[in-house]
Amino acid sequence: MLILECPYCGVKADETELHGGGEAHLKRYGPGSSDADFEGYLFHRKNPKGVHFERWRHVNGCGKWFHAARCTATLEVFGTYPAQVTAPPKALINKIKKKRPDWEGWT
Amino acid sequence: MSTRLATGGRLIDRNSRVEFTFNGKRFTGHSGDTLASALLANDQMLMGRSFKYHRPRSVIASGPEEANALVALGHDAKMEPNARATTTELFEGLSAKSQNHWPSLDYDIGALNTAIARFLPAGFYYKTFIHPRPFWKHVFEPFIRQSAGLGPAPKQKDPDRYEHFYAFADLVIIGGGVAGLHAARVAGEAGLRVIVMEQTSAWGGRSLVDGGTIEGVSVEAWVNATVEALESMENVTLRLRCMGAGVYDHGYMLGYERLTDHAPVDDMPRHRLWRVRAGQVLSATGAVERPLSFAGNDVPGVMLASALRDYVVNFGVSAGDRTVVVTNNDDAYRTAIALHEAGLSVPAVIDARSETDGELPNKVRDLGIRVETGKAIAKVKGGKRVKSVGLCLQAGEGAVLEEIPCEAVAMSGGWSPIVHFWSHTGGKLTWDADAAMFRPDHARAPTGEEGQQNQGIAGAANGEMTLGAALSDAHAQAREAVKRAKAKLPGTASPKGEAPAEAPLAPVWIMPQGANAKLRAKMWLDFQNDVKVSDVQLAAREGYESVEHTKRYTTLGMATDQGKLSNINGLAILSDAIGADIPKVGTTTFRPPYTPISMGSIAGEARGEIFQPLRRTPMHEWHEDNKAYWEPVGQWRRPYCYPRSGETHTEAVNREVINTRENLGLLDASTLGKLLVKGPDAGKFLDLMYTNMMSNLKVGRCRYGLMCSENGFLSDDGVVARIDEDTWLCHTTSGGADRIHAHMEEWLQTEWWDMKVHVANLTEQYAQIAVVGPHARDVLEDLDGMDVSKEALGFMDWADGELAGIPVRVFRISFSGELSYEIATPAARGLELWEKLHEAGKAYGVMAYGTEALHIMRAEKGFIMIGDETDGTVIPQDLGLNWAISKKKEDFIGKRAQERTFMTNPDRWKLVGLETVVPEEVLTDGAYATADGANGNGQGNVQGRVTSTYFSPTLNRGIAMGLVHHGPERMGDVLDFPTTDGRVIKAKIVDPVFYDKDGEKQNV
Amino acid sequence: MSDVMAPLATVTALPAQGMITIRGNLKDAGFIAAVKSASGLDVPAQRQIVTQKELALAWMSPDELLLLCGYEDAPALTNAMTEAFGDQFAMAVVVSDARAVFDLEGPKVRDVLGKLAPVDMAPGSFGHGEIRRTRLAQVAAAFWLTCDDSARLVCFRSVAQYAEDLLKTSAKPGTEVGYF
Repeated sequence: MLILECPYCGVKADETELHGGGEAHLKRYGPGSSDADFEGYLFHRKNPKGVHFERWRHVNGCGKWFHAARCTATLEVFGTYPAQVTAPPKALINKIKKKRPDWEGWT
Repeated sequence: MSTRLATGGRLIDRNSRVEFTFNGKRFTGHSGDTLASALLANDQMLMGRSFKYHRPRSVIASGPEEANALVALGHDAKMEPNARATTTELFEGLSAKSQNHWPSLDYDIGALNTAIARFLPAGFYYKTFIHPRPFWKHVFEPFIRQSAGLGPAPKQKDPDRYEHFYAFADLVIIGGGVAGLHAARVAGEAGLRVIVMEQTSAWGGRSLVDGGTIEGVSVEAWVNATVEALESMENVTLRLRCMGAGVYDHGYMLGYERLTDHAPVDDMPRHRLWRVRAGQVLSATGAVERPLSFAGNDVPGVMLASALRDYVVNFGVSAGDRTVVVTNNDDAYRTAIALHEAGLSVPAVIDARSETDGELPNKVRDLGIRVETGKAIAKVKGGKRVKSVGLCLQAGEGAVLEEIPCEAVAMSGGWSPIVHFWSHTGGKLTWDADAAMFRPDHARAPTGEEGQQNQGIAGAANGEMTLGAALSDAHAQAREAVKRAKAKLPGTASPKGEAPAEAPLAPVWIMPQGANAKLRAKMWLDFQNDVKVSDVQLAAREGYESVEHTKRYTTLGMATDQGKLSNINGLAILSDAIGADIPKVGTTTFRPPYTPISMGSIAGEARGEIFQPLRRTPMHEWHEDNKAYWEPVGQWRRPYCYPRSGETHTEAVNREVINTRENLGLLDASTLGKLLVKGPDAGKFLDLMYTNMMSNLKVGRCRYGLMCSENGFLSDDGVVARIDEDTWLCHTTSGGADRIHAHMEEWLQTEWWDMKVHVANLTEQYAQIAVVGPHARDVLEDLDGMDVSKEALGFMDWADGELAGIPVRVFRISFSGELSYEIATPAARGLELWEKLHEAGKAYGVMAYGTEALHIMRAEKGFIMIGDETDGTVIPQDLGLNWAISKKKEDFIGKRAQERTFMTNPDRWKLVGLETVVPEEVLTDGAYATADGANGNGQGNVQGRVTSTYFSPTLNRGIAMGLVHHGPERMGDVLDFPTTDGRVIKAKIVDPVFYDKDGEKQNV
Repeated sequence: MSDVMAPLATVTALPAQGMITIRGNLKDAGFIAAVKSASGLDVPAQRQIVTQKELALAWMSPDELLLLCGYEDAPALTNAMTEAFGDQFAMAVVVSDARAVFDLEGPKVRDVLGKLAPVDMAPGSFGHGEIRRTRLAQVAAAFWLTCDDSARLVCFRSVAQYAEDLLKTSAKPGTEVGYF
């Protein structure tokens, strides 16, 4: 039962207020894209043991989607941030690097 | 005889008299008794039978670790199986029954199993019943199920109430013994919000029985003073009868509060489940004593040493006049002292260690009690009670040196810290070989949401087993918790606890160490599941080297006590048998709950009427008054049909269909999703959401639209109306409103956040009524108000206006093929409009119709239904809906996926109509059409399946829709559809539009 | 335990309440001015609700407000709001009929809500002027305190009966928790 801070409400939301939405920062491939790109977009997920960027929706709350950086092994949450970005904020990446020196980076 | 002593019993009120029954026999006890102490006081030693061999069982412990004394409490609906007698507080009228016996507790036929025990070793069921295969299902399993099972499940509905409570705290302390209380004081004085949960009905824990002094006063005086101090702190909450049940991620923990179990009253919640978000959890859970493995250690009268002294000190109950104490440590000598002080006889203390010279053993010697060192019990004699023990050398093989008559045996194999909560969220343990116990590894503590340590563990639970050490550890660990909470350390002093020093124990896993096979087959590890030393050794010989595998193979630790008594002993036997160190063998995983909690407490308030939300439309009461037969649609209740007296549901449905087609029908369509999409980019956005074009829809017009997922599969459909230049109203399916709203928000928020579009879910703002049939226009015209003529409101037009003085928005759309209007009005006016339509419709033979008539009429017209024709693998092209897929648009959700080769494969099954060859026959929903040959698994090939099927009252025949291989090219072919009862229904492939193919009826 | 016969709080379903969903950029000066001119109210801060006579304005998300007003006044207020927005990318829409409103009154109102919502109801954590959108058992709801021992709760119309039954169950006499 996680708690994630909704970056819009500022509420430390109980997992029962939230809805998980899988991996964050997927690049959409639409009509005209190659089969390989489209397959990657639709089906391939990182599923790492360790640092993971995820999408969550504060469904029983403000209804907004946000992103969370979380360790899938220890459940440590490095930070949450709004969904309207294509990459995690620099400061967050630096924070994770400091905490997890062996981390290979987010891409 | 076990009996009540004339004096003693710090927890009982000797002036009280509490009547209760056990197996129908009437007994009396005192308030303050547990069921176990009261049964012992009444010489009811036999309390149950074991699971596998139906061996006679008496109580072995005095707390939640109890494995034997499980009873069924109460009767009928209030019956609760597998209640531990040791944690059941006695109350007036309590009624308990023993379990797992037939025909009676005293004479049990299943006990024959014990005679053939050597034929029932570990893995017996696996090995014996695996062949021949069909025998398992039809012969062995039903037979075994007859005689297996601990206690019957109650069959009636539980009449009790339960509730949840969400609490937030800085620190939850589990355990209200001296360590927990002192830790609460430190944290409380530091200003933290503290909850202390104690599972029993009294504060203070074991130390009250075990003795010693704290700060120079008795433990009792110190406990009373500390509790008083804590009670005066605003920021500290003390809860008795509240067990820490489990600790989960990010500081979520459960407390199981038993509100009325000890004094049942009606209409009060029985249990309250505390759902706490704790900044930190501190386990002050103490330790559990381990049994010793000697032959006959399961005979009634053999108990944990600590339990025997609990019964004497707390309840004034003796298990027998003569008690032999057998131990590998100093602590058990306290039992000898307590029994002696109560005037009972201790014929001998048998100590496996070669010598003892500690304060406690010497005190026992001074009392004149015989102490035998280097000795062991070879065997306990007795069936339903202990008669004597055979003394032997611990170093030997079990030759009996002397027989010592006695009625009880107090055994102690040392203590194991209760590290469950520490382990629940991944805290690691280390094996302390000297103390022979797993202790928490503070370097690998459980962590929380910021990676910070979020659990502590203190006192005996942290491996500090003496009063002084436990208290100073509690002090230190509480200060650590305060520091982690970033609060200011208080000036609270560390209390000085004084108790006799204890010499180290000697690990003893088998008694005597060289015991032969016959003795080892009588040494119980798991008392409830009948797992013995010999079983674990057999498992090891058969190659089960992992403790997790051995556990499942032997069922060790899988009983209701979850191995509280047996795990460490079993692990030690296994490690010895495979020649590996205990830490290498590892321990099994502790999982919540700590002890079983009621299903009712988990459900909380969710039962009966509020088991789940039931969504009601504004016309719900009318439907109820008109005897609607309900159909659940998501959480909505919709009328399936409105049966009249004497009518079957089928007859009602057929009547509703015919009446709507011939006269006038009204449908409550309020559940339809209604999403308002507005903004400068709304048109562009909807073009991406729908497969067809919405941006070019004219204001005042409606268009049927399809939505797909990014996978290309059809996910929803509905009519879209353009309200004004930058506003569209999108109707979704009843089940799809929230899902499609979320779908739109997801794309707007996470992919196209630059688009200027707002979406508002107006589903519940409006009641919606479908007015359907040849007289639909007539009835609206009679209501007075807006112009609904063909000229003013053509097919697929909408308009705002008033009907009978009620504000409405009328959509001229049809899902039935008839002349039809869907009328939206603010929900608060819905019932009024619905009733006015019925009133005015009387002249035209109006009838309400339900969802089944709706489904039949749409099927007669060949309209697809999301969830019938679609199942998450169907694309619009499969359903012949190519006309609704724009070829002009560069992009829409699902477009790229629909270009994949698999999606464009001409072999995909396609939608057709199916007409049964025998008109009275109706195809089975989901039935497959068979084809020639068989697949690689030898299963017959198929070439299509039924997606929806009905008896059409309009056409007076069976009709269906289905997906068929090359279906649209095979008009007139006849397919075979086998039914589950062995018949074959033949059906002909036809056009899916069965009724009014040219659409003349709706276009009037 | 106090009076064992009295519920922890009385639960009253309120008559129809006017409600308007307002969407727009809450940080935009034009939006703030338009809301002020049409309602007379300032845009509340994160998770706050401001009240003035019969009107109340609640923060629902960074681009959503809920205006509470008299039921009959909602259409006119919505029109005024729409007019005030002019060409702005903003929206006002009447949702009065889509919701149900309850009043909870009694000294243990925090217990009643604390049994149903995963929210810290402690006085130091949840106070006046704050609105919380959350989960009430199995449905979405929003609530705020109107004074020390009363609260108002909004949920969807279709689950009004469920919410009322929940609240009344939670408020049953004799079930105070004694935590706050």
